[in-house]
Amino acid sequence: MLPTIPQSALVRLTYRGYVALFFIYLIAPLLVAATFAFNDSLFPSLPWNGLTFDWFFNSTQPKLGLFHDPNIMRGIRTSFVVAVFTTTLSLLVGTTNAFLFERYQFPLKELCYVLMLMPLVIPGVILGISMLVFSSTIANGLEDSFGFEIEALRPGLFLVVLGQFSFIATIATLVISARLRKFDRTLEEAAYNLGGSRFDVLRTITLPYLKPALIGSGLIAFLISFENFNTTLMLVGSDSPLTITMYDRMKEGSTPVLNATSLFLMIGSGILAFIAVLAQRDKSKPAED
Amino acid sequence: MSQKDARRLTFLLLLSPFLLWILLLVVIPHIDMFMLSVREKIEPRVYETGLGNYIEVFSEPVYVHTLFRTAVMSVAATALTLLLAFPVSYYIAKLARGRLKSALFLMCLLPFWVSELVRVFGWMILLRETGVISSFLQWAGLVSGPVEFLYNDAAVMVGLVYTSMLFMVVPLVSTLDSLDESLVEAGYDLGGGGFAVLREIVIPHAMPGIVAGCIIVFMLSLGNYLTPILLGGKSSLWFTGHIYSQFITRFNWEFGAAFGFILLATSSLLVWLALRLSGQTLASTIAKS
Repeated sequence: MLPTIPQSALVRLTYRGYVALFFIYLIAPLLVAATFAFNDSLFPSLPWNGLTFDWFFNSTQPKLGLFHDPNIMRGIRTSFVVAVFTTTLSLLVGTTNAFLFERYQFPLKELCYVLMLMPLVIPGVILGISMLVFSSTIANGLEDSFGFEIEALRPGLFLVVLGQFSFIATIATLVISARLRKFDRTLEEAAYNLGGSRFDVLRTITLPYLKPALIGSGLIAFLISFENFNTTLMLVGSDSPLTITMYDRMKEGSTPVLNATSLFLMIGSGILAFIAVLAQRDKSKPAED
Repeated sequence: MSQKDARRLTFLLLLSPFLLWILLLVVIPHIDMFMLSVREKIEPRVYETGLGNYIEVFSEPVYVHTLFRTAVMSVAATALTLLLAFPVSYYIAKLARGRLKSALFLMCLLPFWVSELVRVFGWMILLRETGVISSFLQWAGLVSGPVEFLYNDAAVMVGLVYTSMLFMVVPLVSTLDSLDESLVEAGYDLGGGGFAVLREIVIPHAMPGIVAGCIIVFMLSLGNYLTPILLGGKSSLWFTGHIYSQFITRFNWEFGAAFGFILLATSSLLVWLALRLSGQTLASTIAKS
């Protein structure tokens, strides 16, 4: 079926109807999760008792609002710190990996490339437990042979960062590689001919070219880290990131403060997505309008 | 320092972060997990190497049943996702034009920008007994009392398909986009009907996208933890649930590691099979999507 090929009106309408239904299916759960943040009821369900902003701003129980709920606010802060560290690590390793795979030929490169992709096809729960097992092996080994205990190797935020970094680095590598591949290397050669050192060329030519990919993958990394649940669940200690806090509440059955938190997350992601779209826009191309 | 030495040094500087990351965070932890899984506890602090943990898993019907159920439901979720996503992807790639096309594509990405927790929560509000759908049906007079849609396999399926939809749509749209429309027209000119064109031209062309999408969706479903637990309720068994309870609740790590390895093997085997049957490689499918 193509626009250029005539089709009966019935087929066309059915097809459009299906596509419309599909998008309703996509939007519905997000819409209800957001809408019930404004319901003046103690449960996130019908009936609709009227509009309220208490689930954001109210400071007393039982209608404790999002911005006054110490657990949720602590969760947001923890997630933020974890995401900053994970993003930084992922960007650093993603960039060096991109240069390694795009610019160098070396023995076993194929194997290394497949290994680099592996974290994407390993379930997050498994990444988490293998990290947990290995860090405990090291921690126990150190304790048995030298008698000192490294707290960082026990479940906690340090391991959460490492666990998330282990697969987010692959995503960063792929995004940055895709951009580096399109780079015109004669630009670098010209800069060398003009007497630039390797560092100068990297700083003034190559990295500025990569900037959109770096910003884009940085935002994606931040978002994936902030929202990660599976790997985090296995590695978390006493400080819970937001997703873990929300999960615990969800199991108990919670007030609509969870809806308020959901809406807060949606708006946060929306802003990040908007920045990502702006950053991905290639400035070297002439603007269309 | 000669040019060659400098290049060599840069290479080593780029190689070391890659090796540190992939070996310390991915390869060695998984080897360590395997070593743990073949360690049998004879009595406290005395261990022996053997396949005892695996034998124990496979001789317990509940575990075998769960593994089988998880794999079958993941395959079903993958097939359903493909079936639902294909028409929509084709619509976006070939029928929608200009603004509408990019708007529809961005809308498909929307759920991805929102935490999985929020998506599942949205479905809980829609499907629960006091939820939106049940209330709507009562209001419309179609049912006389509240209906519980949550806590059954269909709910789990809806959630799994919803969560992984994006990972099917994106590779499908990108392969269908590159399909030359004159080929489709030629198919019609040669007298082919809609289905013949679909089977002979469109689907073979979209194969890399189909395989990539299916692999990612299958993996995500198999390794999913939140959706089966929250939408399927207490009676819904999912393999990751066993892994979690062995590791975190029962603290039986040897047994849990065996579970983890079985899940990893199942997922790798099915991914490998899919690649084999379709003649694709991991690098050609995953890296491009």
